[in-house]
This record gives sequence, structure tokens and C-alpha cells, in this order.
Amino acid sequence: MLNYILRRILYAFPILVGVNLITFFLFFVVNTPDDMARMHLGMKHVTEEAIENWKQERGYDRPLLWNESASGSEKLTETLIISESLKLFRFDFGVADDGRNIGGDIKQRMGPSLAIAVPIFLIGLFTNITFAMLMVFFRATYLDLSGVVLTVVLMSISGLFYVIGGQFVVGKLMHLVPISGYEGGLGAFRFVILPVVIGVISGIGSGTRWYRTIFLEEMGKDYVRTARAKGLSEYRVLFHHVLRNAMIPILTGAVVVLPLLFMGSLITESFFGIPGLGSYTIEAINAQDFAIVRAMVFLGAVLYIIGLLLTDLSYTLVDPRVRLS
Amino acid sequence: MSELYAWLGGKPLFLWTDMLIWLLVAVIVLGVSYTRRRPHLLEPWHRVAKSRLAMGSLVVLLVYVVIGLLDSLHYRPALEQSDQSEEVHYAVEALTALDWMVGGLRESGEKSYSAPLATHLYVREMVGESGGEVRRDYPRLKSGGAHLQNPQQRAADLVENSIVGGAKGLLLWLGIALLLVLLLTRKRQQISPRRWVVEVARGETATPWRTILLVTAVVSLLLMAAIQVGVKYHILGTDKVGQDVFYQAVKSIRTGLVIGTLTTLIMLPFAILLGIMAGYFRGWIDDMIQYTYTTLNSIPGVLLIAAAILMIHVYIDTNAALFETTEERADLRLLFLCIILGVTSWTGLCRLLRGETLKLREMDYITAAHAFGVKNIRIIIRHILPNVMHVVLISVVLDFSGLVLAEAVLSYVGVGVDPTMYSWGNMINGARLEMAREPVVWWTLLASFLFMFTMVLAANLFSDVVREAFDPRVHKGE
Repeated sequence: MLNYILRRILYAFPILVGVNLITFFLFFVVNTPDDMARMHLGMKHVTEEAIENWKQERGYDRPLLWNESASGSEKLTETLIISESLKLFRFDFGVADDGRNIGGDIKQRMGPSLAIAVPIFLIGLFTNITFAMLMVFFRATYLDLSGVVLTVVLMSISGLFYVIGGQFVVGKLMHLVPISGYEGGLGAFRFVILPVVIGVISGIGSGTRWYRTIFLEEMGKDYVRTARAKGLSEYRVLFHHVLRNAMIPILTGAVVVLPLLFMGSLITESFFGIPGLGSYTIEAINAQDFAIVRAMVFLGAVLYIIGLLLTDLSYTLVDPRVRLS
Repeated sequence: MSELYAWLGGKPLFLWTDMLIWLLVAVIVLGVSYTRRRPHLLEPWHRVAKSRLAMGSLVVLLVYVVIGLLDSLHYRPALEQSDQSEEVHYAVEALTALDWMVGGLRESGEKSYSAPLATHLYVREMVGESGGEVRRDYPRLKSGGAHLQNPQQRAADLVENSIVGGAKGLLLWLGIALLLVLLLTRKRQQISPRRWVVEVARGETATPWRTILLVTAVVSLLLMAAIQVGVKYHILGTDKVGQDVFYQAVKSIRTGLVIGTLTTLIMLPFAILLGIMAGYFRGWIDDMIQYTYTTLNSIPGVLLIAAAILMIHVYIDTNAALFETTEERADLRLLFLCIILGVTSWTGLCRLLRGETLKLREMDYITAAHAFGVKNIRIIIRHILPNVMHVVLISVVLDFSGLVLAEAVLSYVGVGVDPTMYSWGNMINGARLEMAREPVVWWTLLASFLFMFTMVLAANLFSDVVREAFDPRVHKGE
């Protein structure tokens, strides 16, 4: 087991290198540090001196790929690609354009992100599975059919409308909760509840449909027929046999997104003014702060790879037939 | 050539996305004529054609497609000559065939917000009285209901116009229905037109013609009524700068369609080629391809798109001289958005194709082909490719609605289509703060919601039926 985990972590390394190369290409080769400096200092009236200063402050004054002026192996190492990549791999994200430490910001903003994303994930999972079970229980009746139609309708509405509509109805018409904002500690509940409810509702359409297909696939299997032949009630078949077997695809589907919960949700957070990582990313994109975007890309990739690893491990935990090799 | 343009009053403008869209139309026409002659390919489509849901949503989708195609014929209108010089100058702003058809809609600008079907502005302004007094009031609109002497006649006028428009729609529908009867009964001569009409009315035909005709009736009634009323009023009001919201929503159809279709068109060759290669050759080729898509997959999609769009921004800013019109600049960004969306979304299809090919290559007929000494490339083209096409088709149809929805989110994040381009995402983005305004301005959001929801819903319903019809697991027993 340990052996397997170690090997998987080693496999992850080349992928991270690849991610790093892609981001380096996008952020340093296509947009050279000179371009970045010019953009931040204002397109016109920029002196060479100001650009050099800007680059020096951030350590961008080294050559990109090959340092002619250095000697020996430093020709390779004293370059932007090596120094910037090494920093990322040490999770040292540097400073943002406004001078704040990106690593510190990320740590601070993870809390609010999780306060929104974890409840949405858990409540959403529970709601969707419950609805899907109900639809399967009443399958091939009008209840099931109208449920299917309803899920398609819910799926066809853009996520933006859920947020805008929810804010309007609950926040503005009914004055139940504040429309946006956040505070730490227990006071957060007031601010978290609306985004969570909206997040769950907007996920019901696709989620329920997905779980319904999984359950229906399980329903067609032989053990279900055996259970029915034994004379078990439909309720027992569904909850004791089908649900337990369906846990394998459900669990593996859920585990892969688990680490990505840290990244937060872009739309929910920025609409509700939650100071999490999602709104951090959007702000960085709008301010064209490349250092933050690059840090978030790398963080996202690391979390995704952890998700893949967890998925494989969870397979072995829930399904004894799977052997790690 | 230039004389021809002068005579036509405009010069065609060939945009990249226009050309790709028409290329796609050509590919679809070729595909249809190829499929028609092959019963085994036609069979799943027969299943689709029997579904009332699929045919009903197909009619709606076709209306969207026709509008989108009309909107994909760009031209630059000739400017009126001020001096006596021979040379004709063309406008910097490009128009489309659709603009030409609904000319009245485009030109009817107001000053600011006005509610749907209103005759007065939604905001108070200083109005000069005839006596020299100045007071704050809601001024009359320049074009919305401007033909009315007295605004109180509005209700009667609206009813009258909707009835006239409805009658036109009815006529249009009757024309279509008559054409259908003639076409369909001429082909099968054993059935008289009268008998066929009875069968359709009872819903007894194999293809659900009754549903098709009903949906067509609703659509043509709405369309003609909207045109009739839309020329005189702002059906869905005007936005902050006084532009007709209905016009914006209609123009956004093209953007949605382009993103939904071109993205898949661009990514398809890569996904098919790499997916089949990975599954067929295995070994180090498989490792390389798997590495590539895992790497791309592990970058959060929105961030990759954001990075790429920021990049094209810099390119467009530094090469501003390359673009004669704003449309060309916006178009390049749209094309680039399609490409980068394609890059982030091809991995799913690639993985599916790899899995399918892995299964297929163990089949007896592939072994037989190997034994006969058939070359790999030929095996792939003749034996593997046709057998994975259903996977490709299903994923293309399923992806469409997701991409249309993604456009709205990306525009909100600020990395979507060009802000000057009409799109539902830009409409929502511009209007999202209007719900917090007092009094509320709700019509821009409603318009984008209605248009987007109808298209995505139709696409979702249609793709469900297509997926079921093409899924071999569902029809194993047949």
C-alpha cells in the first residue's frame, strides 16, 4: 500500500512539471516580463529605468531560458524558468502586485472558501442521492417522468440565474439574510446560508440525473434479480443492496472533487462577496495579476492530482475486488 | 468586382468564424447525404425521428440555427458619398443579413432604460414645457410607440398589432403545412393527402408530424407577432444606453451557436486522432498521450482560459493595425475562445475514445485484418473509426449545451467574448447590478434568460434522445 502511494506521488511529479512548463510558457514567454511591467506601470510614458526597477523588485530581471552571462552550470540555473519553477515547487508563491504575500493570502482565504464549499458539497450530495433514490423507487411512473423533465429544466438554467434570482428573492424581497458579505466565527452563518442553499439548488439538476443513471444501471444487475427472487421488499432491495453497491461509483466520483473544494467557487464567492479563493482568483484575473493566477493554477493542479490519488485509494477501500498493482 | 459591391450597396466581410460555420454546414450536408444511402447508419436516426420530444426540440433548434446562419453573413454597407469622388467608402461597422432583414429594430435607439412595450422612458428627465416651464417627467420614447397620437391608445394598438402579426404567423404556418403535405404525399403515392392529414391530426404517423406542426405553429405565431409588434415598440424594453434588448438577445444567438459548435469542431480532430492512437498503438505513444491530457486536465479550466485570453489581449493590443473593423477584432477573440475552450474540453472525449479503441482492437475482425497484412492506418480508418463514431456523435451533442452555458460564466469572469460582441453572457454581466437598482430593471435579465433557456433546454432534450438512440447498450436486444 505504502509502496503504491509512493509510486503514485512520483508519477505526479512529471505532471506538475508539465503544468509548470505550460504556465511558464503562458505567463513568461508569450507575455514577457517587459510586457507585464509596461502594462502595470501604464502603457505610455514608461521609462526603461522604471521597467528595470519593476523587474528587479520581483526578481524577473534574469533571462528567460538561458543565461549567457553566467558561467558553468549557472547558465542554466540562473534563469527565470528554473528560479520561478523552484519557488512554485517549494510553495513559495511570491508577492502579488499590491505587495501582499500570496502564500499568506491563500492560507487566510481558504477558510471562507471551505465554509461555503464543504456544506454545498455535503448537503448537495445528500439531496441529490435522496432525490435520485426516490425517482428510482417510483421508476416508470409519472412521478419519475416529471422528475426527469424537472432535472433537465433545472440543468438548462445558467448558474448565474440561480445566484441572481436567489439574491433577489431571498435577500431583496424577503429581507431574510444579507445579500452579500462575510464575517469570521459564528457570525458567518448568516452570510453562508444563502450561498449554500443556492449552490445546492443549482447542482440538483445534473447531480440527481447522474445518480439516477448510476442507480438504474445497478438495478439491471443480477444480484438485484436474486434479491427480488428471495422475496425481499422493494425498499430493502433499494436501500440495502443497490445503495451499497452504488456507493463505489458515487464515492469515487465524489472523492476526486474533494481536494478541489479548497479552490472555492468562482461565481458564488464573487456574487456574495465572500473573501475566499474563488473571488481571489477572479480579482486577480480582472487586475491581470499574473503572479496570483500562476499560483492558483499550480495549486489547482496539485489538488487535482491529490484527488486522483485519493480516488484510486478509495477504490480499494470500498471495493475489495480491486487490487493495487 | 468593386462595381458589383457598389451596386449592392455593401462589401462582404469574411470573418473567420463565419467561414468555419459555413464549413460546418457543408460538412453536415455531406454527412446527411452520406448517411441517407446507408440503412445501418440511418437506423438510429429513425429512432430519433420517432421521438416527439426530439422532433419538437429540433424545430426550436432549427429556428435558432436559421437566425444564427443569417447572422453569419457579414457585410460592410457603403457610406453615402459626400463628395463627387468615384471611390466608394465602406462603414467600419459591419452588418449582417439578419440586420438587413430587421433593420427597424437596430436603428431604434432610445436615451436610456425603457420598460417592455413602454411609450415613455423609465427614468425622469428635464422636459421643457411649451410655456417655457421645465419640470421632471418621463419623456416619450423616440421610437417605442411613437406612432401613437395619445399613449392611452397603447393597449388597443398592441392588441391590434398582435392580432395582425398572429394572422401573418398563421398564414406562414399554413404555407409550411401545405408544402409538407405536398412533399410527403407525393413521395409515397399510396396515401392520399386527405388521408394523411387525418392521420396527422390523430397523431398516428410514425414520425410525430402532429408535434412538429404544433411546435411550428407556436414558433411562427410568436415570431411573426414579435416582428409585427417589435417594429413599433421595444418588446423587451431598452437597456442603459437605450438599445433594444430584444435585438441584443436575437443577435446573441449567433455567439451562443458559434461557441457551442465551433469549439467541438476545432477540438474534434485532435481528440479523435490522439484518442484512437493511444488506444490502438498502446506502449509509449499511449503513455505520452495520457500524460498530455492528464497535465492539461489538472489545470483548472477557467484559469487556463483566463491565461490564454489575457495573452490574446496583449496580442490584439500590440497588433491593432491588423483589424480594420471592430467586428474582426471581436471575431478573432471569439475564435480564440473557441480554440482554448476546445483545448480544455477535448480530454474527456479523448479518454473515452482511448477506452473504446482498447476494447475494439481485441476484436476478431481486427485480428483478421492484421493477419491479412492490412496496414495500421487502414485498419484505423476502415475498422476502428466507423465503430467509435457513435461515441464522438454523442459527446458532440452532449457538449453543446454545456458550452453555451459556459460562455455566460466566462463573460462574467471577464474572460469570455469581446465586450463589444452581443452575447447572453455580456447581457447578464451588464445587467446583474440592475436587480439591486430602485426601481428594478428586470427585462434584460429576463430576455437573456428566456433566449438562453429555450435554446439550452431544446438542445438538452434533443441530445438525450440522440444519446439513447445511439447507445449500443440500450439496444442490445434489437
